[in-house]
Amino acid sequence: MSAINDVTRLQEAFGAKILKTVEFRGEHTLHVDAAALHEVLAECRNRLGYEMLLDVSSLDHFGDDPRFEMVYEIASLDDSKHLRVKAAFSEEEKVPSVTDLWAGADWHEREVWDMMGIPFSGHPNLKRILMWEGYPFFPLRKDFPLAGRPSEMPDVAFSGVAPLEGGPFVTCAGGEDTVRREPRARVLE
Amino acid sequence: MESSSNSTLHTAYDSKIEGNVIITRVDAAINWMRKNSLWPMPMGLACCAIEMMATACSRFDLSRFGMEVMRFSPRQADVLIVSGTVTYKMALAVKRIWDQMPEPKWCIAMGACASSGGMYRSYAVLQGIDRLIPVDVYISGCPPRPEALIEGLMKVQKKIEGEESTMEQKRTFFEGVA
Repeated sequence: MSAINDVTRLQEAFGAKILKTVEFRGEHTLHVDAAALHEVLAECRNRLGYEMLLDVSSLDHFGDDPRFEMVYEIASLDDSKHLRVKAAFSEEEKVPSVTDLWAGADWHEREVWDMMGIPFSGHPNLKRILMWEGYPFFPLRKDFPLAGRPSEMPDVAFSGVAPLEGGPFVTCAGGEDTVRREPRARVLE
Repeated sequence: MESSSNSTLHTAYDSKIEGNVIITRVDAAINWMRKNSLWPMPMGLACCAIEMMATACSRFDLSRFGMEVMRFSPRQADVLIVSGTVTYKMALAVKRIWDQMPEPKWCIAMGACASSGGMYRSYAVLQGIDRLIPVDVYISGCPPRPEALIEGLMKVQKKIEGEESTMEQKRTFFEGVA
């Protein structure tokens, strides 16, 4: 059994709040209105049997508005069905925390906050999880350079800029030959 | 009777210490003791630590060189083996452990990451532990084989052999007094 029945049930229940549904090779994705995100996820958790939150991730569509997109991967415990729920948020908005639905969301959301700088409302302990408290940047944002930026917190930590020597290095899949597929420094426009 | 005892006196004037006396310099004696009882402080931060553990285990057997006493207290250690990726979050902790080690002390940067940041040209990784603490020996490899670590430690031994330990002590003593 896949998630197709749940997708139609959710569409009936939420109507226009479900903006789009995508089916690709048996994977179902729901694009949800940001205001209805928590409602939809609660329905999935409490009524439809998605007891497990596999992952919370985020995308940075730098230059677009809304800038950020949240992605939730949920599944039932017997692994019979998977569902992906997406919602877009602008930079000023707070994302409603789903720690009340899945306790496991706690660290996932802290990581999203740490790396992307997306704030959550209703999170019990929203602080950095990988970088140290007080680090001034959000390193996975598109406008953050790969080499990093210098920062200084006396007696706690510091950071510097990494020498990239012409990098970042990229490979292009499907090149004419293996030599062309070797990692090459990306030429900056 | 008397004449025979006189002749023995000439051939072995003190049979108790004959053959047990070695004449050397203090520096050489100190260096010999230091280099054959190097107590490493393992700083296992990534995959290099696995190779370091293998080095200490029976197959490669670091104890053949007197280095098997891994000390998990920096106060008792002589040589810091930084094995693995040093992130900025960890960097000052490594520095602190180095500062806690008593003199004389040596440092080994094991593997590409500890030596130069390795493949991690990124915001999160210190680009070589030598930016924070002085390194005596760099070991290449990602990760280096246990043989490479043993060679690195033997390089430290070589270095210790050539040190003027008492002169160094005198110099630091007078610097401390002044």
